[in-house]
Amino acid sequence: MWRMTFSSFDRIFIAPLRGEPMRVGATIAQVARAGAGSLPLVALISFLVGMILALQSVYQLQKLGAESLVADLVAIAITREMAPLLTAIIVSGRYGAAIAAEIGTMRVSQEVDALTVMGVDPISFLVAPRLLALIIALPCLVIFADLVGILGGLLVAMVTLGQSASAYGADSMAALELRDIFTGLIKALAFAGIIGVIGCRMGMSVSGGADEVGRATTSAVVRSIVLVIVSDLLVTAVIYVRG
Amino acid sequence: MSGAENDGKVLVRAEGVVKRLDGRQVLMGVDLQVRSGETLVILGPSGCGKSTLLRCLAGLERPDEGRVLLAGVDLCAAPAAAVRKVRRRLGMAFQGGALFGSLSLAENLELPLVEFTRLPASTRRILARIKLGMVGLEEAMDKLPSQLSGGMRKRAALARALVLDPDILLFDEPSAGLDPVTAAGLDRLLLDLKEVAPVAMVVVTHEMESAFAIADRIALMHEGRFLLSGTPATVRASKHPVVRRFLDRQPAEVLEGARGLRRFLTENP
Repeated sequence: MWRMTFSSFDRIFIAPLRGEPMRVGATIAQVARAGAGSLPLVALISFLVGMILALQSVYQLQKLGAESLVADLVAIAITREMAPLLTAIIVSGRYGAAIAAEIGTMRVSQEVDALTVMGVDPISFLVAPRLLALIIALPCLVIFADLVGILGGLLVAMVTLGQSASAYGADSMAALELRDIFTGLIKALAFAGIIGVIGCRMGMSVSGGADEVGRATTSAVVRSIVLVIVSDLLVTAVIYVRG
Repeated sequence: MSGAENDGKVLVRAEGVVKRLDGRQVLMGVDLQVRSGETLVILGPSGCGKSTLLRCLAGLERPDEGRVLLAGVDLCAAPAAAVRKVRRRLGMAFQGGALFGSLSLAENLELPLVEFTRLPASTRRILARIKLGMVGLEEAMDKLPSQLSGGMRKRAALARALVLDPDILLFDEPSAGLDPVTAAGLDRLLLDLKEVAPVAMVVVTHEMESAFAIADRIALMHEGRFLLSGTPATVRASKHPVVRRFLDRQPAEVLEGARGLRRFLTENP
């Protein structure tokens, strides 16, 4: 596992410096699958979660007469926490599972062996483009989820509190610091690495038949979701301690 | 080893190859050598270790003991660059074809050309068409592997293995799962191939007919070692009991279950 991680990071970041060509075409195709493919679901979920967050905070903040803080709360919760976490979970389920199943099937049908025999390194041919695609796509998805989540909050605030869109927008902008957004993006990068490495690793670990592909896919999703949440806690704690 | 009729260079050599898988010793010290222009058929029942041996020859499995040399390069000891270089002289056709499912046949064939040559796209396509033409699949070049029959996939896999004009060709079970006509067609193809290029071929099969049709030399494998190796005539004339049993298609004693079943069926009508 570590060997695969190191050698794929080597292929992505170091090999181009050595003048070895990158698989640009394959990476773009994977970015489209991981990113554009997940876009509708990410939009839907973060819009709904933005609404839910707003509803919950309206309910609580009304008791204190602090309804004007809804925008702040939603903006910060979405950018720092909900958008990266939900996006990572969605992408683990969609793309992480897909790459584990795809590479696993290629193991079963000996396609990975065929690559090796041809002298094509499966890490640079299969793993590196997928990992790089996640590293590109996930932060983009998170920024998109930030926007859509705040829109969800806006809708609730307009309907329940009668706030105007411009006031809500101004409140959100005032509440957000660049650091909130960066925190989310740092998390997105970590999650991208986790999803990519675990998905590919589980796929590569398949050695028997079709039933193992199913097992590998399930275990890719379970492991990446657990690791995403654990690392979320770690990153959040580090950022909290450092202020 | 006996029976090498020509003086070609030894391209495939295995020395004392031992391989254990899951704690079971699959290969018990196998030696072999194949010269350029020669076809060695490894014949044996399922589970005798012949596919594992082929995987060792291809460098897909690392032998626990002994060594494998392709064109004089030790797959385990040589530097990575030398191994990569010698791999380009190796073509392997897998049992199920192992064609890339997301690529059309032509793209499958072009992949090694994209990776290892600087040929322009039009030339690559022409080369792919020529190789597919050799196996009679020109018409299907833009189809996906999933749209082909098993025999067509095997032929396409052979074409892909040949696309860089290798001088070593490994073929896993060319006729398994094919109807006799298609299987004979593949045998014919391998024989034709030998006419046009001096390739060192190692073919693993459990089909006797196809083995006798294409082999210069046959090695009979049983429980992880070669029982016998020689020209088809030598093998046919062998008196070794296990060889006879395999050639005469007699069931092994271990098939007690089948006998029990028959007794059960005849005694309990």
